Amino acid sequence: MKGSFKLGLLVTIAAGSTIMMGVANSQDSLPAGVTSIKVATPYKGSPLDEIISGWHFRASETQSLQQDDFDNPGYLWVDKGESLWNTVDGEAGKSCASCHNEAAKSMKGVGAEMPKWDAKLKRPLTMEQRINSCRTNNMKAKAWKWEADQMLSMTAFVRNQSRGMPVNVQVDGPMKAWAEKGKEVYYTRVGQLDMSCANCHEANYGKHIRADHLSQGQSNGFPTYRLKWQKLGSLHRRFKGCMKNIRAVPYKRGSDEFVAMEIYLAHRGKGLQVETPAVRN
Amino acid sequence: MAGKPKPRVKAPKTASKGEVVNIKTLISHKMETGLRKNKKTGEKIPRNIINKFVAKFDGEEVFSVDIDPAISANPYFQFSMKAEKSGEFEFAWISDNGDTYSKKSKLTVK
Repeated sequence: MKGSFKLGLLVTIAAGSTIMMGVANSQDSLPAGVTSIKVATPYKGSPLDEIISGWHFRASETQSLQQDDFDNPGYLWVDKGESLWNTVDGEAGKSCASCHNEAAKSMKGVGAEMPKWDAKLKRPLTMEQRINSCRTNNMKAKAWKWEADQMLSMTAFVRNQSRGMPVNVQVDGPMKAWAEKGKEVYYTRVGQLDMSCANCHEANYGKHIRADHLSQGQSNGFPTYRLKWQKLGSLHRRFKGCMKNIRAVPYKRGSDEFVAMEIYLAHRGKGLQVETPAVRN
Repeated sequence: MAGKPKPRVKAPKTASKGEVVNIKTLISHKMETGLRKNKKTGEKIPRNIINKFVAKFDGEEVFSVDIDPAISANPYFQFSMKAEKSGEFEFAWISDNGDTYSKKSKLTVK
């Protein structure tokens, strides 16, 4: 962690760019040239009066870093995902493109609806699980690890095809039980600090908890480039970080608890635009 | 970031005479410092960084940087130039292992 922080400072020095390591100070002012408002109208039964993307809670420098596709460091992974899409891997001698052709067409909108119910496995699959199921079953290739560079690149690339489309995850039918389980995880107090997600992200968003400016904890920008991480990271990595902060034992990446949370969280942010790859601090 | 280094440039295609244009460049490169060791074998991983970046406009050097190992991965450079005439930018990134990555971009001055 220490090493990567140093690296971060060096990026700033080397590039002479406008990346600031500081915390948010201007949550509501839009930088010049930015017109998108990144909020959604609350749906019926929404626990939030207003649905706001995490983008609004960040400093203007971080916001403009996301808005410019050239400056946005997340695009390094998206670019790599694109080349992986066309790379043949596994015993079946196939690449993603062999079946799905052009991602710009076939994957448009897919990311906005994940996690999605898998009829064969009778459970919902996140993007990571769906990709690995395709790799092992259809490509006969080795599964990628959740936080592997390739997995981050591919999830970012696929989700990027839905950028700007509203998040709309299914929570009825077979998904209902999972969404309810996710809701339970969201509202259950855990850890030594005895806090639930809602204590920060529902009751106190917009306020500061020490140096952190609390957002609503929306998931629409994941996988996200975090300045603190100096790389792209998965939603489940962020979950783990949050749980550690409240002195709880985190669930595992890809665990049923986190998958359920991902479903419920996506539903909380229903209507928000997909921002992958977002930039946060 | 593993994978083949890929240079990227964002420069305007057109400009009016005397306008100051802004050029952004980035190359995805892991910038191996030469100070790390292979965790399993204990051997040093040889240094492989981009040691020089040069931007030329119509053959004339307009911006260059000598780079040392302290520069982190994926070096990003941004500079500005006064556009006086039409021409072509040539960007070159030279790495320790002898590879040169290059990219071109045309600028038309109206």
